[in-house]
Amino acid sequence: MSETQPSQDLPQEDGHQSRAPHRVIGTPPPAQARRVLAEEPGTTTPESPRELPASPANPAKAKTAERIVAALFILSMLASIGFIAAYVGLEVHSVDATLRSNLALGLSMSVAFLAVAAGATIWVRNIMPDVEQIEERHTLASTEKQRAAFKKTFTEGAEASGFVKRPLLRRTLIAASVPLAVAPLVILRDMGPLPGTSLRHTVWRKGMRMVVYGPNTPLRAADFSIPGQMITVAPEGYTENQDVLAKAVTIIIKFAPGVLVPNRPGQPGTIMNWTVDNIVAYSKICTHVGCPVALYEQTTHRILCPCHQSTFDATNGAQILFGPAPRPLPQLPIGTDADGFLIATSDFHEPIGPAFWELG
Amino acid sequence: MSWITALRRRPAAGYAVVLLGLVTIGVGYGALTTSGSPASAASPGTVSPQTIAQGQELFVRSCATCHGIDARGTAQAPSLVGVGAAAVDFQMSTGRMPAKDVGAQMDRKPVTFTPAQIHAVAEYVASLGGGPAVPSAAQVSTSGANTALGQNLFITDCAQCHNFDGAGGALTNGKYAPALTESTPKQIYEAMLTGPEAMPVFSDTTITPAQKRDIIAYITRLRAEPNPGGFSLGRIGPVTEGIVGFIGGIGVLVFLAMWITMKRRKS
Amino acid sequence: MTATEKLIDGTGGWFDDRLRGAQITRTWLRKIFPDHWSFLLGEIALYSFVVLLLTGTFLSLFFQPSMTDVVYHGSYTPLDGVHMSQAYASTLDISFDVRGGLLMRQIHHWAAILFVAAIMVHLLRVFFTGAFRKPRELNWLIGLTMWVLAFTEGLFGYSLPDDLLSGTGLRILEGVLLSIPLVGTYVTFFLFGGEFPGHDIIPRLYVIHILLIPGLLLALITAHLLLMWHQKHTQMPGKARTDANVVGQPFYPYFMAKTGAWFLFIFGVTALLSTFAQTNPIWIYGPYNPSGISAGSQPDFYMGFLEGALRMWPSWHWNVGGYSFAFSVFLPAFLPLGLIITGLAVWPFVEQWITGDRREHHVNDRPRNAPTRTAIGMAGVTFYGILWLEGANDVVARFLNISLYLTTEIARYAIFIGPVVAYWVTKRICLGLQRKDNVLLEHGVETGIIRQLPSGEYTELTKPVSEHMRAVLEARATRPQIEAPAGDDEVPAPSARSAMGRLRVSLNRVLTESIPLPIGNGHGNGHGAEPPAVTAGDTHSDGAERDGGDGAGA
Repeated sequence: MSETQPSQDLPQEDGHQSRAPHRVIGTPPPAQARRVLAEEPGTTTPESPRELPASPANPAKAKTAERIVAALFILSMLASIGFIAAYVGLEVHSVDATLRSNLALGLSMSVAFLAVAAGATIWVRNIMPDVEQIEERHTLASTEKQRAAFKKTFTEGAEASGFVKRPLLRRTLIAASVPLAVAPLVILRDMGPLPGTSLRHTVWRKGMRMVVYGPNTPLRAADFSIPGQMITVAPEGYTENQDVLAKAVTIIIKFAPGVLVPNRPGQPGTIMNWTVDNIVAYSKICTHVGCPVALYEQTTHRILCPCHQSTFDATNGAQILFGPAPRPLPQLPIGTDADGFLIATSDFHEPIGPAFWELG
Repeated sequence: MSWITALRRRPAAGYAVVLLGLVTIGVGYGALTTSGSPASAASPGTVSPQTIAQGQELFVRSCATCHGIDARGTAQAPSLVGVGAAAVDFQMSTGRMPAKDVGAQMDRKPVTFTPAQIHAVAEYVASLGGGPAVPSAAQVSTSGANTALGQNLFITDCAQCHNFDGAGGALTNGKYAPALTESTPKQIYEAMLTGPEAMPVFSDTTITPAQKRDIIAYITRLRAEPNPGGFSLGRIGPVTEGIVGFIGGIGVLVFLAMWITMKRRKS
Repeated sequence: MTATEKLIDGTGGWFDDRLRGAQITRTWLRKIFPDHWSFLLGEIALYSFVVLLLTGTFLSLFFQPSMTDVVYHGSYTPLDGVHMSQAYASTLDISFDVRGGLLMRQIHHWAAILFVAAIMVHLLRVFFTGAFRKPRELNWLIGLTMWVLAFTEGLFGYSLPDDLLSGTGLRILEGVLLSIPLVGTYVTFFLFGGEFPGHDIIPRLYVIHILLIPGLLLALITAHLLLMWHQKHTQMPGKARTDANVVGQPFYPYFMAKTGAWFLFIFGVTALLSTFAQTNPIWIYGPYNPSGISAGSQPDFYMGFLEGALRMWPSWHWNVGGYSFAFSVFLPAFLPLGLIITGLAVWPFVEQWITGDRREHHVNDRPRNAPTRTAIGMAGVTFYGILWLEGANDVVARFLNISLYLTTEIARYAIFIGPVVAYWVTKRICLGLQRKDNVLLEHGVETGIIRQLPSGEYTELTKPVSEHMRAVLEARATRPQIEAPAGDDEVPAPSARSAMGRLRVSLNRVLTESIPLPIGNGHGNGHGAEPPAVTAGDTHSDGAERDGGDGAGA
């Protein structure tokens, strides 16, 4: 046991003297504030005046508050029991059942927490006596003496270690730690392959059929003949491969004759050799940061990306009309095969998607 | 003094009157301006010469001013030759036509014709140049539909304009893709088929009728679904969640913090 | 002997025999905590973090961080038969096939939103009250680091279910990383384990989200709280409150009870939100597919300002020598963030350089009493806010019927004009409030009692402000002004002769602009003698030296 204060020599029932300190019951001091500096720090005697009063100023109000707090705590207890009951009693496995379960569990949990919280707040405000106390701050900076002592100890240790006076030791230690510090970065190399030229190509090849993405059925040019049509297509055989789709997914749009603006020297436009029957294909991956750009306005011929509103002119080689995209959507060269199905006639002639350093 | 006079003298009386006025105006306005009620399916009925004649008469009275007496269009409105009965049925049953305000695009509004009248006008326009027909009830029935495929197609080709929940979205220059909350299955089918205004065309040879039914099944299923997590906050995602988080979350907590730290009145 | 005393002797004694803790623990129990509602904002962040740890642990027992393709056959029938990643499927299972799973998911998400929101309002409170000044600069920097970690943690967390909305965010992240000059493609391929989307990103984000960042946050939170404990919390100005004391209520039992109640309030409000406000309904978004996108795609609110920057930027790029500088991606992704974080980080030191004020500050400023600082802060808030609003510009365009392109055009101009206007307006408001305070000090509070004098004149009775109010109103700390030469024949101080020195003097004038207290009001707020004007030569004025005792300064 730690040192106890000298005990009062009061006789006990069994005749022995108690060795434990007795509580001093004094009258509450008139002033609530107390000063720490008046005492030796860390100690107090049973005879010191009370720092905190035992009861609040208004006992009647405190009694009412006590009842309110007790009621709130009981409410919380019931809510917690309700939570457990709701968990055991309510099943999920459908949207409606999940709704009921979420409502019951959430409501009981909220009441359980909020009731205790409100009770504790009323307890602090109305049952604990109101005090305002002052504590002195110490200047945060250490004294000159303390700093000097620290400096002395530290420099003595530095000298004793020999680190300062022996440059050979110091320099070879640093030389030893440099590659050791670099090694953990080096071993991360296998986190991924080198990019190589993979960003420059997609899987589209000459003769590869386009399928309507979703049903994954090939599409005849003759079935895509109404001006104003637009649909998302993917390369046949790759519709389950998200890595391929993330680069190869394409939109095709059908125009009435005479609407597409052909590409001319000095005036970029749609490359007509890459279209078939006024059907033009553009990459669906936005050249800004890669969202699928699929919002097609039939009346204005605009392709709008919903992420950051880059807008491309579908009649004019997907030139940029507005927004942050740096370059037009690449056009995919398309044609038809012997059965009339739409096919790609080669890969894109430039990398698709967001710009990167080696893009050129 | 009467009880009304007594109540009138309370300090809260002024606020109560203002509140009553606001509520009355709000409820009244809300009741008066119903958004376009979904028109019931125009029964295909018979296509008789009388129907077409009746349709022509209605057309001349209500549509010819903008679309031309021969439906070949004027400066204000495009030609309707070849658009088909489906397009007419869509535009008229959603109340978009006859157009009142020629703005960036036509909004859905209360329908001014009966289903029989719409059917007549549709058949008249169809008689001028053919075009997609109004889908039958069987064609838009969603029983046995593949909602998984419908979900895939919806996300790939519809959600970029209409939002994954069908809440609608902004287009350029004041246009917008409308919300899909009130469209009937027939109207959804017709919209895909005819590509109204800025919407692209999704013909039956590209998205087959069965696939259209799958999409309709997904849309109707999704919008009828309850929200298990509480109020939906519009189902448009993080924007409303952020607003609720700051106002409902931090706001409420600030008031609670003020309660906890309030100075006690000297009792 | 009471039961309490027996417990202290018994259990307490057992520990004390081994730890010698009686004295230090007593000091901790008696430690004073000042009271103000705005001091509870940081605790919202702290307790939200606790809620996140608890609910996150629950979720990690059921979530499967794998991108392996599976076909769904669970309880959410609209997606029956759909291909999705295991991560998405397990999130659906948590939502619809684990009791309480949806509630835990929602509490986790709402707590994350409250966590970052609370950090931001706490940051603003600390900034506007000047609580970042010496000796709290270190805590300010730790706090800023935690803010960046917090929204990164949120980004990685909501990307884990691999749904269409958050997957789009990862796609945008890939595009942003690709745009980094020289190393962009390498960074991208190393992070994603190859091309996008690959099979590695979700499991990697999972490890970062449940282990690395929470570990860092725990360490920084501990440092943040220990510093605050050691240096003691600041206090708002008032009667008897000085830079040399703390006035409030003791830790035991008052602050313990209040902070316990606060934790339960935060948990309760979060639970209430999770009961009645649906969040992150991934079953509506659908599984991620690189060919799908939705109108109205936004990240969670704390990433909104980055999204807005991306939307607002014009189509700037530069191709030279076979290399591409995608300025319209790289700049918006890093420049506004860099400006905001750097600006906030250096501000305490910049302010210290401008004012030359090297004293410890433990009494907060009322924001109106630092008009220029408050105005600069509001300019920053406006800058951030315009970026944030632009991030939702398509939703704004749709629901407020404003043309889509017009929202971006407006934002491009507002981003420059807005902060300037905000600065000017805020400064004038602060100066006006200071003048109002002066009126209160000089004339007192209106009582509403009208008295007619015998001469027939009506006057309103006023009564002087209360002592506490007077202390609050007078807490307009005199900022030492850097001396400038009074006339042409005066030689300026050495450090004021250089260009930097002259800049400093003029910035000092602007920063310390304030309405002086009315004549006759002494410094009744316990600051003692008016501190001397600091010359440009920088003296080390730290107040009276005190005996630090035996080092137990806590």
